[in-house]
Amino acid sequence: MLIRPKQGILDPQGQTVERALPALGFEGVTDVRIGRLVELEVTDASKLDELCEQLLANTLIEDFEIQIQED
Amino acid sequence: MRIGVVRFPGSCDEVDALDACAMVADSELLWHGRTDLDGVDAVVVPGGFSYGDYLRPGAIARFSPVMKAVADFAAEGGPVLGICNGFQVLCEAGLLPGALLTNSGLRFLCKQVDIVVERPGTPWTADCEAGERLSIPVKHMSGRWHADEATVAELEAEGRIVFRYAPGDNPNGSTADVAGVCSAGGNVVGLMPHPEHAVDALTGSADGLKLFASILNGGDRVGAAG
Repeated sequence: MLIRPKQGILDPQGQTVERALPALGFEGVTDVRIGRLVELEVTDASKLDELCEQLLANTLIEDFEIQIQED
Repeated sequence: MRIGVVRFPGSCDEVDALDACAMVADSELLWHGRTDLDGVDAVVVPGGFSYGDYLRPGAIARFSPVMKAVADFAAEGGPVLGICNGFQVLCEAGLLPGALLTNSGLRFLCKQVDIVVERPGTPWTADCEAGERLSIPVKHMSGRWHADEATVAELEAEGRIVFRYAPGDNPNGSTADVAGVCSAGGNVVGLMPHPEHAVDALTGSADGLKLFASILNGGDRVGAAG
């Protein structure tokens, strides 16, 4: 699951990283947004949306995206 | 009048909250694992770092057994006060609107601030006047209350913004300077500042005591039978 701050929500962590990059010589980087990656294994992927909505993401402030890798 | 103070693993302000409650009424601790509230007349969800603030502050604590009892109590009109982490827990539980984000300055804050009472008359602000300023400390990392514009407008219209930081005193970048909000019924109130740390002039201010004293005047269970 990729969990990101919603568009329009101030992400001070992302801003701070963005401001630090030019000092290291990385120019032209904008819109740095920092979120969270949750990896997990499930036998049944049908409830992943619910799982994200109820616990892993707070949908008032975060968007989530589910990426499934099957073995 | 008996006030229950919830204790989660990782709570750290429950004893101060208990002492503040004891200044106005009987008080007792409620361990998070219990499924009832021992018949208390009001509940305080205190500050701290419940469950280590893992995932998001309050995200895990909201699933504690005791929170089901708190939600039922709140639904019956029982007065509930969430302080700091307790505010975060109540927002995560959907009992209060909005969410708490990392402070805009990315620093842990510990300072005395002035807040303005916007909504007297809740069970926790019955002793306050509209526009009254209270000097109360904040100490938090994730105190930036956020809600979308439509929600803020709705809360304003319904008088559900209970406290604002005084002009120029917003320490964390919260939307519309909000320091505390309440539920639609007004019985559930949450705020980031710590009234339980401001109950004695010896430690700087006794303004916080007003919130606890209010429960004696406004603590009748709205909507509860009997």
